[in-house]
Amino acid sequence: MTARIHITLKKGILDAEGKAVLQALNNLGVDKVEEVRVGKVIELNFGHVQAQQARELAEQACQKLLANPVIEEYEIQLLNDDGGEK
Amino acid sequence: MKFAVIVFPGSNCDHDCYYALKHPLQQDVSFVWHKETNLKPFDVVVLPGGFSYGDYLRTGSIARFSPVMQSVVDFAAKGGIVIGICNGFQILCEAGLLPGALMRNTNLKYICDYVKVRVENSKTAFTNQCGSGEILDIPIAHADGRYHADSDTLKELHDNQQVLFKYCDLNGFVTDQVNPNGSADNIAGICNKQGNVMGMMPHPDRCYEPVLNSDHGVKIFGSLLNSR
Repeated sequence: MTARIHITLKKGILDAEGKAVLQALNNLGVDKVEEVRVGKVIELNFGHVQAQQARELAEQACQKLLANPVIEEYEIQLLNDDGGEK
Repeated sequence: MKFAVIVFPGSNCDHDCYYALKHPLQQDVSFVWHKETNLKPFDVVVLPGGFSYGDYLRTGSIARFSPVMQSVVDFAAKGGIVIGICNGFQILCEAGLLPGALMRNTNLKYICDYVKVRVENSKTAFTNQCGSGEILDIPIAHADGRYHADSDTLKELHDNQQVLFKYCDLNGFVTDQVNPNGSADNIAGICNKQGNVMGMMPHPDRCYEPVLNSDHGVKIFGSLLNSR
């Protein structure tokens, strides 16, 4: 069981990196993009752990370390060993 | 007074802090490795600048779990004086000892420069050697110094006079043009509500004698000597 965690800055918080990427996209000619938000993906591989426990542990990891609730929000996605979504 | 300078893997201003306290101020200073937990002998704990744990994940986020940090939290809870400079400020925010967070500079650049900050509250353990509204010449060196807090927290910080330093111009005016990193309200340093924990992005440890262009850092470290 793998937990794939997406971490992004909260809405309304200036994403300086996203803004720079947007500018580069515009320079490239990809000019239909209105906003870019850059985040990070963290995968936690739990081995043989049940889905519910994996979710609880991932949730705990996000709250205590992986995300900073002052500026970030997160989303946890559980994946089976074959990579399919749980 | 007895000062502890905490050394994390990746700290690189620990010796600056040590020297600034030891020589110009003639204080008793010790390095404390992050795996140690005994802070009982000390009056003041300094978290120095640097790149603890390579700034992985978020600046300060991993150092916060170093064994010494639980002792720093206990030390602060008992009213001990804690000062975090640059990466130390980031660690204090991550540890929840100070509100808010430090984010990537708006211009995405690592900025290494002398700036001016205005002393917003000169009646604290960290600023009592400064005049009210005094302008300090002090260097910054960071890529992640944009102070962020939600509007309620900012209001609380201002209402309780917890904002100690703001980036300002030559004449002490706080304007967007002289905000180097995009910090909310030009905030360069804050303290907690109790007034015993302070974090600042500028480096008093890099300006403690005139040969370094400024000795205003001595005003901040010197204030600590009156804090008991």
